[in-house]
Amino acid sequence: MNAADAASRGTRQRLRFAVAVAGAFAFVALAATATVLLIAADLDPSQRGALSSMLAEHAPSVVVAALIALAATALLLRPLWHRYVTAPRRLAEDVRIMLAANPAHRAAPGGAREMAALATAVNAFADRHAELARDVDRRIADANVRIEEQRNRLAALMSELAQSVVVCNGEGRILLYNARAMQLLRKPLDGGKAGGAHSLVGLGRSIFAIFDRNLIIHALDTMHERRRQGLRNPVASFVTSAPGGQLVRVQLAPVAGGHDAAGFVLLLDNITRQLESGHRRDQLLQSLTQGTRASLASMRAAVETIASFPDMDKDARGRFIGIIADEAGKLSARLNQTVTEFADSLRTEWPLEDIRGADLIAAARRRMEARLGLPTKVEDVDDSIWLNVDSYSLMQALTYLAARLRDEFAIREMRFALRAAGTLAHLDLVWTGAPLGFETTMAWQSDALEMGGEASPLSLAQIMERHSAEMWYQIDKPAQREYFRIALPRREPEEPPAQPSPATDSRPEFYDFDLFHQPGQSPELDGRPLAALAFTVFDTETTGLDPSHGDEIVSIGAVRIVNGRVLEQEVFEQLVDPHRKMSEEASSVTGIDDSMLEGQPTIDRVLPAFLAFCEDTVLVAHNAAFDMRFLHLKEESTGVRFTQPVLDTLLLSAVLHADLGAHNLEAIAERMGVNPIGRHTAVGDAIMTAEVFLRMLPLLAEQGIRTLGQARAASERTFLSRIEY
Amino acid sequence: MAKRILIADDEPNIVASLEFLMKQKGYEVRVVDNGKDALDAIASFTPDLVLLDVMMPAVGGYEVAQQVRANPAWAGIRIVMLSAKGRDVEVSKGMAVGADAYVTKPFATRDLVAKVKELLGE
Repeated sequence: MNAADAASRGTRQRLRFAVAVAGAFAFVALAATATVLLIAADLDPSQRGALSSMLAEHAPSVVVAALIALAATALLLRPLWHRYVTAPRRLAEDVRIMLAANPAHRAAPGGAREMAALATAVNAFADRHAELARDVDRRIADANVRIEEQRNRLAALMSELAQSVVVCNGEGRILLYNARAMQLLRKPLDGGKAGGAHSLVGLGRSIFAIFDRNLIIHALDTMHERRRQGLRNPVASFVTSAPGGQLVRVQLAPVAGGHDAAGFVLLLDNITRQLESGHRRDQLLQSLTQGTRASLASMRAAVETIASFPDMDKDARGRFIGIIADEAGKLSARLNQTVTEFADSLRTEWPLEDIRGADLIAAARRRMEARLGLPTKVEDVDDSIWLNVDSYSLMQALTYLAARLRDEFAIREMRFALRAAGTLAHLDLVWTGAPLGFETTMAWQSDALEMGGEASPLSLAQIMERHSAEMWYQIDKPAQREYFRIALPRREPEEPPAQPSPATDSRPEFYDFDLFHQPGQSPELDGRPLAALAFTVFDTETTGLDPSHGDEIVSIGAVRIVNGRVLEQEVFEQLVDPHRKMSEEASSVTGIDDSMLEGQPTIDRVLPAFLAFCEDTVLVAHNAAFDMRFLHLKEESTGVRFTQPVLDTLLLSAVLHADLGAHNLEAIAERMGVNPIGRHTAVGDAIMTAEVFLRMLPLLAEQGIRTLGQARAASERTFLSRIEY
Repeated sequence: MAKRILIADDEPNIVASLEFLMKQKGYEVRVVDNGKDALDAIASFTPDLVLLDVMMPAVGGYEVAQQVRANPAWAGIRIVMLSAKGRDVEVSKGMAVGADAYVTKPFATRDLVAKVKELLGE
């Protein structure tokens, strides 16, 4: 309520009070007049004349009496008015405020006793209501926290999984994935030679860009069929090749949601190596059987021939003995070759896992310190060594040795070393001060492991055999150290382990459940609200500023915005060999020099990958015209066309702040409160532009610019006006 | 007249023993080391029995056997297949393409000689 309203309402109230007073006075006056008239009717004419003359004579007194009556009426009416009219009106006003504006407001008890009681009752009611509302709010907040916790737990869990996981909605758009999946589903840019790869996984992207649509639809059909047959947990699986060429076993399971499946989960296993090793085992078997058979046949025939014909002449006998020697030599050579070539395949099938040697040692140290109370140290550990082990049994073995050394030789400290030795790794358990006898070490190796009531059916020797490892005891006299050395095959890690996500509190961006409600993206984008679109925000670095005179792109960085979030884990970052020198200015601004660009993929390889990254999105860049010019000049030579709609943060900034002069990225970022990070790298600039762009969206909405079409129209107007001036 | 035996195998070490054995048993022996020569020799030498290795360069033993069986004029020729492939599928393929016997390497020479004699009706 504003001041004018209040004033007019006050005036109205006074008017109504005046009317009420006038009404009451009129009633009293009427009553008095009526009394006079009644009395006059009873009088005879002479008395009536006397009365009227008396009244006329005392007219002023009558008027004064009337005025006194009026004042008395007003005085009498005033408290009554206050108690029975003003008080309920105030109460009504208070209730309105409580309802509409401020639930914490309370009515001031006033007016008659009944009115005060009513106000108190209303207040009590309001208290109760506020309490309820607070309770509801608290529950909602609790529920939200729980949901957020569950989501984060799920995301954390998935990031720990050794399997690759991708969750899609019913349309095949990716809602959730883990870092492993991102790694597995990379596509190398240059046949894998010159490095550089981009992941095809991304929130909101289509899974059909990665796996053949028909393959997945077939699997979905199979799954539905199984479900129809009443199977509780239908799963379909198939083997296919990933974009990077690896063979992948895909298991597909539905995501339950109401009656229909709301989507599906893909579990991916890279089985390339398994298949390879299976194939090698086949080869081994063949080479052993066929090759051996032929040689044995020749030898046996020769031997039997000699035996059957003891009288054969010297030459013939010599020839047959030569054959035997020859074939025996061939057999030996083949055996040696087989053992070296197929060493991996000859190993007993036992579930072994890849682990970094340093991690294994760290775990073993923790275990020794916790179980045995033995202090441990690290002597020399090569961080780059990977092993393929059953880490549980190997750790048991190490702990067992340490326990016996402590119990039987009073060793008070264990040390670890890990070094590479050819194709092997030497894992040493080192101590000082107690030379062991030959028989002791032999006995320890064949005894079943037992310590602290925890027994294992295996002996050290068996554990070593399981790892294709050998173990022995050695004394290094000059250094006064003794050790058990375990020599075991080193393992090249199959793929670099998932990078641990940077330690930030921000929630991981590998999932976005809001995409469950995302309709398919169509080319008819203009009518769609900006907030609902996916964007690729990008930046290029170039050898110079003049593309038409031969300047070239040397770096493309891009990041995507989906559902109003910058997905910083899904970046495109690629250096490009421009086949020409960087200008000095460009080198100093970008920090990119010619040596960094040598051997990088060329633009005709990079642009198709970048186009794939931009699929289904609107492009955003700062001073987009510059970047787009470079891209468009390459259309002819690369055949890659960027036809997506483009928004320019420079123009949008001009739309928002026409009167503020500077529209360079730094100035806008400062105005918008965006911290500059990694400036003048393509990705750094792209991320900064993305943040700026996101903060512009609400400001644009205030100006009524909500859809892509409106944003583009506004940009165009600004652009024209800037050209005009 | 001595029966004729053609030995087709590309491994000289086994051929040496086979040739010696067969000659000692009184057969007339000729040796070739590939399938193509084997077919030529079958035409010119007209053996009564062929000791046929499965794995030979150019034309393999299976093909030789098939071509022999495709020609009615050679219906009387006995074929003994010798092979380092000993799996059931390979044995059954050998018999299917027309071998009279399939002998897996290594074998006892005595058994082979017995088999040859049996097939030649001696």
